[in-house]
Amino acid sequence: MAEWYQVLMTALVGAGVPEWIATAIALLVGVTAIGLVAPLIALILVWLLRKVISRIQDRIGPNRVGRFGLLQTIADIVKLLSKEGINPSRADFMAYNLAPILSVFGVLLLFAVVPVTRGLIGVDINVGVLYIVALGSIGIMAALMAGWGSNNKYALLSGFRVVAQLLSYEIPLVLSMLAVVLYAGTMRFGELAEQQGNFLGLGWYVFLMPGAALIFFVCALAESEQTPFDLLEAESELIAGFHIEYSGMRFAMFFLAQFLGGFVFAWVGAAMFLGGWQGPGVDLPGIGGFLAAGYMMIKTFAVYLLMIWVRGTFPRLRVDQMMSFCWKILVPLTVSLISWQMVVQVLELPTPVIAVLVLVGNLLVMGIGLYAVGRAIRQEGFRTKRAFTPDSLIGTVQPVAE
Amino acid sequence: MLLKYAFIFILSGFALVLPLVSIVAGAILGPRKPDPVKNDIYESGLNTIGDTWIQFRAQFYLIGLVFLVFDLEVVFLYPIAMAYGRPEFGMAAVLVTLLFMALLIVGLVYDWRKGGLEWQ
Repeated sequence: MAEWYQVLMTALVGAGVPEWIATAIALLVGVTAIGLVAPLIALILVWLLRKVISRIQDRIGPNRVGRFGLLQTIADIVKLLSKEGINPSRADFMAYNLAPILSVFGVLLLFAVVPVTRGLIGVDINVGVLYIVALGSIGIMAALMAGWGSNNKYALLSGFRVVAQLLSYEIPLVLSMLAVVLYAGTMRFGELAEQQGNFLGLGWYVFLMPGAALIFFVCALAESEQTPFDLLEAESELIAGFHIEYSGMRFAMFFLAQFLGGFVFAWVGAAMFLGGWQGPGVDLPGIGGFLAAGYMMIKTFAVYLLMIWVRGTFPRLRVDQMMSFCWKILVPLTVSLISWQMVVQVLELPTPVIAVLVLVGNLLVMGIGLYAVGRAIRQEGFRTKRAFTPDSLIGTVQPVAE
Repeated sequence: MLLKYAFIFILSGFALVLPLVSIVAGAILGPRKPDPVKNDIYESGLNTIGDTWIQFRAQFYLIGLVFLVFDLEVVFLYPIAMAYGRPEFGMAAVLVTLLFMALLIVGLVYDWRKGGLEWQ
């Protein structure tokens, strides 16, 4: 078990509590901490998303409730709580009601294995990466249940699209995580972070495997249903997506799951590719632990902000473009990346040479991937057009005279 | 070891209770005024024509099947990745692994040539 558990146990047993009660208390404390922190994070994420997207779109965003609109999300939750939960008369009762619960269930369980800092991780199980991969499928099931159970044509279409998208993008996601596991030889998130501590805590895998990191990021966007891949809620085609028939708290549950899902992927990405809690000065006595936790959170939020940035700037893909991007670009690239890495690692070369060869393979994969995307865009005949050149407005707009 | 999974087990109970409690709280706090029009299928104000639960495109089955094959093979790669590079993992095992990867690639190429990846 992780360090926080040992510390709690020592304290409790030292205070004269019987051991089995102490075990129960320690486990419950850990579970409650995760269960309470996750919704709190979601509150911050909703506010952050609205504020950042507003700034990108030249709006102010929420600024009425509380300072900088910080309490806006709480007001929204109170509103959602006081809304009527409509039960559609023709919906499939079981599937319709289970779907929001399952979607939150799948995401909350992911929080158990991602580390905050050394020793502060729910459980550092030896199949951590596989656990993340396995539990990712529960969200797919929830989306399909919601789409099928609502008995609504838009919801059904969206449900199918979600399943097709999430299934397809799971393969390159799993393979890009496999690249790290293959190199590190461990699936524990704690050990993965420890191994990236070289060079003053800057020996991150993103420098060694930029290709895998990029593919992981793209797939994380698709898996958490973020913008270039948010076909399931394409407003102009499907109105809202698979949660069209939901209202009140059940609707809120889907959004909680979506925000937390994006955040967990950002967290996993930061832990696997950006060095986890590693950074300059984490081994200092005293402040080192706080520095490490701070690094972890800064990295996670940085990845999440990158996701929001993509969401604020990129247009949506078409369904066929999205599917062929996955199957014809990402899957062959990741498969060849893994094969290359296997060949390199089996040759008995000194470690620096292996690292350089892996890096070369990754750069090659990145180059081929970006070239293929660029060629596809040119073939489609996209042009970035502007309605007007921005500077043509400068100097023409005058303030209204008093 | 068992304690770790006990933690996940308790967390899974918590993860079921948290959304359940908030949905029940919403049901208690919110108003409840059902009427036939409100509870009907929402289709932008139009009356629904026909059934929703119909046969759907075979394309989705195809994607599902391809995914199933690929995901199984990919999950097998995880234990291989854990053992890779250990001294017990000999040359024969490495060759089998590379053969396995080749099978994965052949499967992908076959599916591509057959047009299973085209989305109409």
